[in-house]
Amino acid sequence: MADILHLRLVTPERLLLDEEVDEVTAPGTVGEFGVFPDHATFLSSLQPGRLSYRQNGHTQSLAVSDGFAEVVDNLMTVLCTEAAYANEIDAAQAQEAVREAEAALSALSPTDADFEDAQNTLRLAQVRLDVASNG
Amino acid sequence: MATLKEIRKRVSSVQNIQQITKAMKMVSAARLRRAQEAALAARPYAEKLEAVLQNLAAQGDELAHPFLTERAENNITLIVMTSDRGLCGGFNSSLIRAAEAFIRQRSEQKVSLILVGRRASDHFKRRDVAIAEEHINLYGRLSADLAHDIGRRVGERFLNGETDSFHVLYARFRSALVQVPTLDKILPIASTPQTEDQSAVDYLYEPAPQTLLASLLERYIDMLIYRAMLESVASEHGARMTAMDNATSNAVDMIDRLTLDMNRARQAGITRELLEIVATGESLK
Repeated sequence: MADILHLRLVTPERLLLDEEVDEVTAPGTVGEFGVFPDHATFLSSLQPGRLSYRQNGHTQSLAVSDGFAEVVDNLMTVLCTEAAYANEIDAAQAQEAVREAEAALSALSPTDADFEDAQNTLRLAQVRLDVASNG
Repeated sequence: MATLKEIRKRVSSVQNIQQITKAMKMVSAARLRRAQEAALAARPYAEKLEAVLQNLAAQGDELAHPFLTERAENNITLIVMTSDRGLCGGFNSSLIRAAEAFIRQRSEQKVSLILVGRRASDHFKRRDVAIAEEHINLYGRLSADLAHDIGRRVGERFLNGETDSFHVLYARFRSALVQVPTLDKILPIASTPQTEDQSAVDYLYEPAPQTLLASLLERYIDMLIYRAMLESVASEHGARMTAMDNATSNAVDMIDRLTLDMNRARQAGITRELLEIVATGESLK
C-alpha cells in the first residue's frame, strides 16, 4: 500500500501547498481530526483554526479559514478561502484584527444575519494571532 | 492653411498624448498579466470545489436544497461588472447595452441590480431601475472577500424569497482584443451534469451531507462571483491595452500627417520669400 499522504491546500487566490506529508491535523466543524496515510474516504467542513502537518519529523502550522477537506486515495485536498503560514502573518496586525473583530461581534446580537460571519472572522483572527505568535 | 507655428504646436500636443497613451498601454499590459495569473491561480480551487460538489450531488437524489430548485422568476437580481475608469474602448458601453437588453426582455418581472464599477453606477443611477447594491472605486481590487459578501447577501435574499434568480453579467476574457459580454445564471444552480464513467466516491461525512451541501453551495456561489470578477478585471485591462494601442498608432499617423503639412507650409513660405526677393530685384532694375 502506498504509505504516503499527499496534502494539497488551495485557496481562491493560490495553490498554497502541494506536497507529500506523514500526518495532518485539521480543524473540522465537529472537532479536530487527524489524517494518516490510508485514511478512509472522507469529506468534512472546516472551521477557522490551526491546520498542522508533519513532514520528515517537522511540524508546520497554518492558520486556515472555514472551508472543506476531502480525503480520497491518500490525497487530502483542503479548500479554504484563506490560509497563511506563521511567517506570513504580522502579529501586531493580527492583534489589531482580533480587536476589530471583537468590536464588530459585540455590536451584533446572535439573531443578526451577520453574526455567524462575524464569529468566523473573530475565530480566524484569533487563530492567525495564535499561529503568528506560537508558530 | 494653418500657419507653421500652429502646426508645430499641434504636433507637440499630439506627441504628448502619444506618450500618455503609450504609458497607459504598458501599465495595462502589466496589469493584464497579473490579472491573468490571478485567474489561473483561482482555477485549482474552482475545479476542486466543482468536483466535490458533483461527488456529493451524485450520492443520492434525496439531497435537496432551495439553491437547486427552480421557481417562478418574479424578482430577478442582476450583477453588472464594469470598470471604474474609462478609456477602455467599448468595454463598458457593450456591457451596459447588454444589461439594458436584459432588463427590457424582462419587463414583466422586477429586476434589481447590483453594480460593480463606477461606469455602471453612473449610467443606471439616472435611470428608472432598482439598485440593490453598489460597489464603486475599487479600481480592480476585486477580492474574494467582496465576492463572499455579495454572495452571502444574495443567498439570503434568495432563501427568504426576495429574489427568485440571480444572474451575473461580465466581460469574459477571450484575448486582449476580444472580450465578450457574458450572462451567467448563478441561482438557482443548474444541476451539474453528471459524468457517466465517474463512479461516485463513497464518503464518510462530517457533519451530515445535507449540512455540508448547504455550506458547499454557498462557497460555490462565492466562487462563481469571484471568477466573474477575475474575468472582468482581465477583460478591462485587455480592452484598455487594445484601446491605448490604437490611440498610440493613431497619434503616430497624425504626427506623420502634421509633419508633412508642416514641411509643406515651410516650403511654401520659402518659395514665397524667394519670389518676393526676385520681384523686388526686378522692380529695382
